[in-house]
Amino acid sequence: MNADEKIAVAHLNVAFRKGAGYVPVVHDINFTIGAGETLALVGESGSGKSVTSLAIMKLLAEAPKTRIDGSAIVADRHGAPIDLVAMGEQQMRHVRGNRVAMIFQEPLTSLNPVHRVGDQIAEAIRFHQSLSKAAARARALALLEQVGIPEPVKRLDCYPHELSGGMRQRVMIAIALAMEPDVLIADEPTTALDVTVQAQILDLLRNLQKKNGMAILFITHNFGVVAEIADRVMVMYAGRIVEQGSVSQVLSSPRMPYTRGLLAAVPRFEHAGLAQGELGTIAGFVPDPSTPPSGCAFHPRCGYSIAGRCDQQAPVLEEIEMGHQLRCVRWRELATEQEGAR
Amino acid sequence: MTTATHYLPASRRWAWLANPTLRRFMRHKLAVLGVVMITVLVLACVFGPYLLHYNDLSIDIRNRFAPPFTGNHYLGTDALGRDTAARLLNAGRISLMVGFCAMLISIVIGTLIGVIAGYYRGWVGAGLMRFVDAFLSFPSVFLVLVLAAFTKPSPMMITLIIAVTSWMEISRIVEAEIRSLRERDFTLAARMIGASNRWIMFRELMPNAIGPIIVAATLTIANAILLEAYISFLGYGIQPPLPSWGNMLNAAQQYLGKAPWLAIIPGLAITLAVTSFNFIGDGLRDALDGRSDLK
Amino acid sequence: MKERPLIDVVGLKKYFPVRKTFLAHRRDRDDNLVRAVDGVDLSIARGEVLGLVGESGSGKSTLGRSLMMLDPPTEGHIVFDNTEITPFNDRLLKPYRKRMQMIFQDPYGSLNPRMSVGDILAMPLRFHNPELDAAGRREKAGQALETVGLAAQYLDRYPHEFSGGQRQRIGIARALTLEPEFIMADEPVSALDVSVQAQVLNLFARIRRQMNLTMLFVTHDLAVVGHIADRVAVMYLGRIVEIAPTRELFSHPRHPYTEALMSAIPMPEPGQRRQRIVLQGDIPSPISPPSGCAFRTRCPYVLPACAQDRPLLREVSAGHGVACIRDDLELVSPLAAHPNPSASTTSLASTTSAYSLPSIANVRS
Repeated sequence: MNADEKIAVAHLNVAFRKGAGYVPVVHDINFTIGAGETLALVGESGSGKSVTSLAIMKLLAEAPKTRIDGSAIVADRHGAPIDLVAMGEQQMRHVRGNRVAMIFQEPLTSLNPVHRVGDQIAEAIRFHQSLSKAAARARALALLEQVGIPEPVKRLDCYPHELSGGMRQRVMIAIALAMEPDVLIADEPTTALDVTVQAQILDLLRNLQKKNGMAILFITHNFGVVAEIADRVMVMYAGRIVEQGSVSQVLSSPRMPYTRGLLAAVPRFEHAGLAQGELGTIAGFVPDPSTPPSGCAFHPRCGYSIAGRCDQQAPVLEEIEMGHQLRCVRWRELATEQEGAR
Repeated sequence: MTTATHYLPASRRWAWLANPTLRRFMRHKLAVLGVVMITVLVLACVFGPYLLHYNDLSIDIRNRFAPPFTGNHYLGTDALGRDTAARLLNAGRISLMVGFCAMLISIVIGTLIGVIAGYYRGWVGAGLMRFVDAFLSFPSVFLVLVLAAFTKPSPMMITLIIAVTSWMEISRIVEAEIRSLRERDFTLAARMIGASNRWIMFRELMPNAIGPIIVAATLTIANAILLEAYISFLGYGIQPPLPSWGNMLNAAQQYLGKAPWLAIIPGLAITLAVTSFNFIGDGLRDALDGRSDLK
Repeated sequence: MKERPLIDVVGLKKYFPVRKTFLAHRRDRDDNLVRAVDGVDLSIARGEVLGLVGESGSGKSTLGRSLMMLDPPTEGHIVFDNTEITPFNDRLLKPYRKRMQMIFQDPYGSLNPRMSVGDILAMPLRFHNPELDAAGRREKAGQALETVGLAAQYLDRYPHEFSGGQRQRIGIARALTLEPEFIMADEPVSALDVSVQAQVLNLFARIRRQMNLTMLFVTHDLAVVGHIADRVAVMYLGRIVEIAPTRELFSHPRHPYTEALMSAIPMPEPGQRRQRIVLQGDIPSPISPPSGCAFRTRCPYVLPACAQDRPLLREVSAGHGVACIRDDLELVSPLAAHPNPSASTTSLASTTSAYSLPSIANVRS
């Protein structure tokens, strides 16, 4: 891990126990995120994106129900590298919320409904730092201000249900940022929010990131949000990264048929109200992890798959241009097709 | 968590064995033990009397108060020389039967009232639930005794009396369940389609409340058996010469020093039956709770 | 050619009482009511798809449900095909239930987990087509299932065996069984993945044409409504603030809330971090909405006069109504950057077995 990288994940594999054996759900994930950079992790249900983030945070069920291999390296307070995958639960408790923080989709269930908001933030702080109650409360107040909650003094003593969804998410962000972590993992934090509130929260995250230079892993299924907030993007399908690159590379010239299919399925704002044809769809279903297709995991649903190649070879991640990687054996032919069609 | 239909096993006849609810139940050791014990008990009570050497009525004064394992009296004899084992098993038939039938009747009453109260809410619902509350506020044992004192103490009557005092708990549970189910989208969809109230209550909502009803049923049997034992013990229930575990205990009172087994044995039987049903109820509650009808 | 609209809503209000403690309870106090829908006028023409857009607290779902007489309105009139149905009880409503159907948001909660798909689909026929026997019902149910693209052999399966998208299709099939004229879809695609959402939207477009349906499509997603609706109404705090034909609304929004809403939508085009209007604060409480214009507390163009009278919808151009006293605003639409998508738009038309690359190349960063 370089000096300016905040998190380096290498060969991360996650498998769940089923009966006597293990079913792999996440295969060989590799990525790094630098300071002040945001990496978006995109996929649909069943792609393994949430499992990946939960595995890094060690929030999945304990072994032997799950098996995690690989490494996820972050820096501890003194700058020395520590591997999250190898850590025990006791050590992880000092890492979670401290060096690596996570925010979730549904703040109503992430916050304890019977405790006041200020107390919950203070409790998170006091777990990692020995501060007096008053000092922790003052810090909680400062955090609420930082995340843009109006009338923070009043809000400190509110219960979660007294706040709106957007405010609750801000409180979650405040708790996550309390210890100034290096890495923030955001698992669909704006999916349940209204679009205007989503804009506020994305703005907030961007500003906070500029200030403290943290690395953000942003999980979402919405490409619009990706374009808004991310520098780079990884597309996951069936537990594997199938396309990876900068946001402009992947959104402007997606090469992987799955990415192209996803982008074609999104109703376009600029075509609003015009007579349109059908939206692009991807036939078939997400495969069950315990019975993966042979060869390329996407081939049963791919309009470009060729029998004999796509169902035999399991493609590897290839670099097709600087910083843009792809998992498809046919990408060269498809690229020329696309060029020809333009 | 998507489940595409082509991943289903082709043969669906044995699919129920893989049913996750069953699997979860089997993981509950105590619950499985409960099932085993009850099965043994029921089989013993139904078939046992044919296998014993004595029947429950033959009096043999010379052999009275024989301790267990005397000759062919496996569990000894009582004050009149009757075979305890035979009495026990025949009593078991009656006690278990009373318990089971009382449970059935109270389930029917309780579910009916619970469904109606949970569905209609408003005045009807509130009124019904207050009616239930009123019944609940009577100490059940006293209510049972009072009723028993005024009626002819046949097993049928006892069953009815116990049922009348046991249905309230079930209706509370059912009412709560129906009340929450009523707000679910599929109920709204049924209303949208113009389904009649009766249909919605009994074809849409009630089948979804089966889980808590079953759990409540097992716990009700346990309670019913106990109640029968109480009132028979106090002399108001099943009357001799019909045996019941309760009245065996009653008869054994005066001989506690001389022939303690006359009390211990029916007591053990009651305990066994009641705890078994309780274990089963616990196991069912966990197994059915985990069942996810949402995803 | 002024045909009477299929649905006419006049002055619809739906208020919910807030339960106060026994001591604080006074029936006439103002802060006793949640004004979920606060005076809405609307009409939907036969064969039209009206999109109803709004965020949480806007009252769009409540409006939809009141329209369907699931929760009778507190005030106002609903006219369906020339008949006022507002005062009807369940018995009188029954023949209308057949003609107005609803599709729900949650694919996991809208199907009874204890009934097989066949039972779920046949149920409406029991009440409205009593002349059919069980075999007849089963046949119709099978047909409905095929209309939504699922095989008739799935009739004996149970909902939990299906994925979210398939369950939503079953919900649609149920709504179609009675061959209704009007369908109210309450956020039908919000809970679905992107690719599944596309399939369901395509299905809606197809059945709408095939069955000549009239629809009210409630959603919070402007891009979805842009794809499927003929006209769009924007709601804020229980009131309609703007209503216009779709393209017109998107290219020339006239209400500040519409402008903010559109500006907030993230678009999947890199490098487009445009100046967006970020509204401050939260939506006010529907228990005590601001006086005058409900949006004035967050409006970037607010004037003192906005606090006085509640603005009514006034027509600013053909079919385009706005509830704002200002008519001098130059509002920006995100479409300003893409006035006329190129002709390759039509290449989006495709069969459902393949997909095509959208003309992203033409949309510059």
